[in-house]
Amino acid sequence: MTLLLEAKGLDLKFGAIAALDDVALDVTAGEVVAIVGESGSGKTTLLRVLAGQMAPDAGAVHYLGRDVLGMTEAERRRLMRMDWGFVHQNPRDGLRMGVSAGGNVGERLMALGARHYGNIRDEAKAWLQRVEIDAGRIDDLPRHFSGGMQQRLQIARTLVTRPKLVFMDEPTGGLDVSVQARLLDLIRALVRELGLSVLIVTHDIAAARLLADRILVMRRGQVVEQGLTDRVLDDPQHPYTQLLVSSVLAA
Amino acid sequence: MNILLRTEGLAKTFTLHLQGGTCIPVLGRVDLAVSAGECVALSGPSGAGKSTLMRCLYGNYGAGAGRILLAHRGAELDLASADPRAVIEARRESIGYVSQFLRVIPRVSTRDIVAEPMVARGMAREDALSRASALLDRLNLPERLHGLPPATFSGGEQQRVNLARGFGPRSPVLLLDEPTASLDAGNRAIVIGLIHEAKQAGTAIVGIFHDAEVREAVADRVFTVEPMQDAA
Repeated sequence: MTLLLEAKGLDLKFGAIAALDDVALDVTAGEVVAIVGESGSGKTTLLRVLAGQMAPDAGAVHYLGRDVLGMTEAERRRLMRMDWGFVHQNPRDGLRMGVSAGGNVGERLMALGARHYGNIRDEAKAWLQRVEIDAGRIDDLPRHFSGGMQQRLQIARTLVTRPKLVFMDEPTGGLDVSVQARLLDLIRALVRELGLSVLIVTHDIAAARLLADRILVMRRGQVVEQGLTDRVLDDPQHPYTQLLVSSVLAA
Repeated sequence: MNILLRTEGLAKTFTLHLQGGTCIPVLGRVDLAVSAGECVALSGPSGAGKSTLMRCLYGNYGAGAGRILLAHRGAELDLASADPRAVIEARRESIGYVSQFLRVIPRVSTRDIVAEPMVARGMAREDALSRASALLDRLNLPERLHGLPPATFSGGEQQRVNLARGFGPRSPVLLLDEPTASLDAGNRAIVIGLIHEAKQAGTAIVGIFHDAEVREAVADRVFTVEPMQDAA
């Protein structure tokens, strides 16, 4: 079991509010870990700190033994390009809206050194199909896509380089329920197929159940409960987790 | 006797924080042992905690006290205290669970749902798919349904999909929660046959069988779960 990401003692205050309060977490290869909690619980802040996008007041983050917080900007960008992927809640934050769908996917390959135009285009086409976008749309701009398609395109753009670790921030937030189900199912299939390690932030308990091996429940910057996904959801121990689980309406 | 699953002083109490911290003790000190090739039927009145015990045995519910020792990779793994990653690994290799209801995954076909735990256990995809089809055929699920997601299936059909999924990977320990509840007589007989074969292959089985006929046919002995007094 290879330990990919390891964080310890993370603290971060926004004024008087503790966004992170002594948070520890680790992710091993091939594992899907969900961070759940309500808005303002600190889960997105945690994701940003782990991905080296934000500095904590205290604590350490290591990726394959390397100190993420001590890296130079160039080293961190290199990691983002080579080893990591980041799926944003809003696809506009992860896509280049003025570049074609194929360009959005191919660009990440070129950043890794791919130069043969035909191969890049073929790979981009294959990835569009993989995320269920008609390959005939390869030259269209993402701004002409629906929200669900944009999100699927962002996933193709992120996964085309076969990252070892993917950070996902509410990937189904803001989408229609029917679109959410399709996207979750697609993510689930790709994660299994590619053996990805994923750290996913969501407030959607059903999404966490479908995707995650383990769950961390956050409240007011603290991890109040964590463990095996089905155990945390079916036999929650902490009052806050019990509230969270019992608040889900059964459809 | 080759014991594959045993509990030592297993206890379980639910604390309902949203109901003012009400405590509901469900399991007292449960000492259960199941050997290879043996089928133990849990009995006791409704609400005594049979399903809770099953869920504890699978690690789905956390144990309040005691140990749950599962034969895994040549040693005993305590599911009550094991790391979540070890529990996942044990479920993949050493213990299976057929619940009463199928958890449907959108857009995934019946055949793939059944094949999934076999593939996870290391079987080649082709072999897993053909064993999945064979099990579904045997459980009388028409072939035209194999390629469809089971969301729209009847209760009995979904239960048979769940059974095929549970028996597929030939787990050394198998937990069966009312495996024949929504089945007709013909399909009940088929499930009895599957249980007999699994026992002959050395599987240790713990089951809840409300159907007396099925229980008579498969159980080697009965383990009674005693209801606890409400201490709230």
